[in-house]
Amino acid sequence: MSQPTGLWSWITTVDHKRIGILYGVTAFVFFVVGGFEALLMRIQLAQPENTFISAQVYNELFTMHGTTMVFLAIMPLNAAFFNYMVPLMIGARDVAFPRLNALSYWIFLFGALFLNASFLVKAAPDAGWFAYANLTSKQFSPGASIDFWVLGIQLLGLSSLIAGVNFVVTILNMRAPGMTLMRTPIFVWMTLVTQFLLIFSLPIITVGLILLMFDRFFGTNFYNPTAGGNPVLWQHLFWLFGHPEVYILILPPMGIISEVLPTFSRKPLFGYPVMVYSGILIGFFGFGVWSHHMFTVGLGAVADSAFAVATMLIGIPTGVKIFNWIATLWGGSIRLRSPLYFALGFISMFIMGGLSGIMHASVPVDMQHQDSYFVVAHFHYMLVGGSLFGIFAGIHYWWPKMTGRILSERLGKLTFWLLFLGFNVTFFPMHFLGLMGMPRRIYTYGAGLGWDFWNLVATTGVIVMGLSVLIFTWNAITSLRRGAPAGEDPWDGRTLEWSILSPPAVYNFARIPEVRSRDDLWAQKQGRNKPVGPPPGEREPAEIHLPPPSVTPIVVAAGLVVMATGALTHLVVVIVGFLTLLFGVYAMAFEYRRGRSHA
Amino acid sequence: MSEFTSTGLDHKKMGFWAFLGSECFFFGSLIAIYLVFKGKSVTGPTSREILNIPLTSISTFVLLMSSLLMVLALAAVQRGDTFGAKLWLFGTPLFGIIFLGFQVYEFISFVHEGLTLQVNLFGASFFVLTGFHGAHVSIGVLWLLSLWVLALRDQLTQTDALLVEIAGLYWHFVDIVWIVIFTLVYLIQ
Repeated sequence: MSQPTGLWSWITTVDHKRIGILYGVTAFVFFVVGGFEALLMRIQLAQPENTFISAQVYNELFTMHGTTMVFLAIMPLNAAFFNYMVPLMIGARDVAFPRLNALSYWIFLFGALFLNASFLVKAAPDAGWFAYANLTSKQFSPGASIDFWVLGIQLLGLSSLIAGVNFVVTILNMRAPGMTLMRTPIFVWMTLVTQFLLIFSLPIITVGLILLMFDRFFGTNFYNPTAGGNPVLWQHLFWLFGHPEVYILILPPMGIISEVLPTFSRKPLFGYPVMVYSGILIGFFGFGVWSHHMFTVGLGAVADSAFAVATMLIGIPTGVKIFNWIATLWGGSIRLRSPLYFALGFISMFIMGGLSGIMHASVPVDMQHQDSYFVVAHFHYMLVGGSLFGIFAGIHYWWPKMTGRILSERLGKLTFWLLFLGFNVTFFPMHFLGLMGMPRRIYTYGAGLGWDFWNLVATTGVIVMGLSVLIFTWNAITSLRRGAPAGEDPWDGRTLEWSILSPPAVYNFARIPEVRSRDDLWAQKQGRNKPVGPPPGEREPAEIHLPPPSVTPIVVAAGLVVMATGALTHLVVVIVGFLTLLFGVYAMAFEYRRGRSHA
Repeated sequence: MSEFTSTGLDHKKMGFWAFLGSECFFFGSLIAIYLVFKGKSVTGPTSREILNIPLTSISTFVLLMSSLLMVLALAAVQRGDTFGAKLWLFGTPLFGIIFLGFQVYEFISFVHEGLTLQVNLFGASFFVLTGFHGAHVSIGVLWLLSLWVLALRDQLTQTDALLVEIAGLYWHFVDIVWIVIFTLVYLIQ
């Protein structure tokens, strides 16, 4: 059972490992694109009254930077780990619906390309990643820019919804025998919470986008106040999705470092059940705090107070997690390897972001910070210092499992120190700038406001961050050729993925493992749990049923993106797309039946 | 369908329940928006002037009865009763089509009476809410007719009961959503 090769085998693949790699590589490319957009903005802001780029281009850049980093970089980088690691960590051979998994990826890829195609026709979205009404109305955004954004986000949302359903079923239904929910690795738990957040929050933004689409395409007045419509409705719908989205971005990296810390401290995760419950609580509270993004809208003192209290409450399970991570390290025999560097970076930077976050929970304080660079500093500490450091921890931790090669420790640590330094040099001064009154989303500022120095400092920091990403890329590419072979278990790991080959065979587990405790592999290595039968992955099994490759997912996804293109061009194109979609869906539905009748 | 699962539930069924959870939030948001905009229209026609409760009661009854036929269809497939399967798997989407016919008639007559998407917020939120419900019914009709064609070709056997059951979950869900819409939009004005 060897892996087929060639482009066609990747287009038709339904293997969760390959789809994970596709997600990872695609998302990394968009991460670099989003970083480049940030670099252009920082060059513009390096000096007062700079003329490097125009106000219009600046608007497009901050809109696309935000949209790209959230939807095309961090979410799919997390998805890469869901895809690759979740089945391995629960002892499964694939996800519950392998073809739907491929469908999620192709819709994501086409949606991402569709969104960025707006640059080619000089109609890049320019209303911010939050796209507040009525800046997005036909009156104020007459071109196609907002249409690109609306349709692109719909496609990306659909991709995540399908993936959400898929992973809920995978995690609840495909755990190896004996792996009860409270024996499931914590990363898998955080993934599960994230999927529930996705399937419950995405329909809300979908409705918001549908109303916006009707306003723009069919002349309704949902967000038009002159006809009785309500622009604040958009803010509610957006943040009802947007706040759970914040946890969609941070919970998986929290799960990653909760795997990294025990492995490199050689201790079990401190307070595992409490870590699970606090993750669930964060997900639950995540739906009840959306209006803290809207304290200056004027919802009234009662609403503002209620959301302020809810926001402070959500700090409790988050704080519990931080203390448990520190307690995991406490007294452990710590091995300072590159994944642990990034995990420690996550904890320290996340605490910084959390401190400024808790300030924003207080309404009067938030009213001072609103729309200033202080807020920019806060959420970059969460999303770069938090999410991105967590993702880098995951990359350095699981790279040997995915490729069979170990990343250079020296370069890995260099990546960390440059990223850590560059990140803090870029974003720490933004706290000062915000408190000095510098507003967000301005394309330039006057000299003599006292902002010149810290802006220049921030820009130099971005260059250091860029250098760190370049070194990581170099490390990744060279390790594929020259990296030391990893073996099955280079880190002396605790979870099931370290019991099989690196990279895993196409069927993952020759024999589905039986689990008798949390961290079962670790317990076996400690001699507490006796291995059952021959070690998993020992010999090539005679017959394992694996889902055959399928071309139908890419057809369905193509139908959808053609429909979106048609919405911007001509009705005929919509119909062609719809027929392709219909054909694809039926082909997908009946593929399985044909296969069965032949068997 | 006999593969091992941790919970004992079939993958497809559990996945579909998760999807229906998502759909609850979808229709929940649409209904909430309808209620938010209730009475906020600056011009007519209003819901009181235009909604025809007796007519829609008939179409609501038809849709409710289609759920009964759906139950009969599933029972027939589970029993291996091929005649019943063919009959009820046609009857259910037929009733769905009748419901859609009423809706098309309703939409056209409303437009003639001056209620459009553009004219006021009632028109916009009414057409979007009931239109998306109608789109869900249409998908259900297509789905059930596809199963009916399989049954006609004797390709839908007792072992496929789960496929019919999942289609049934969808159909009943869409039906329940209509009960909520009918109550909140038509009956409580």
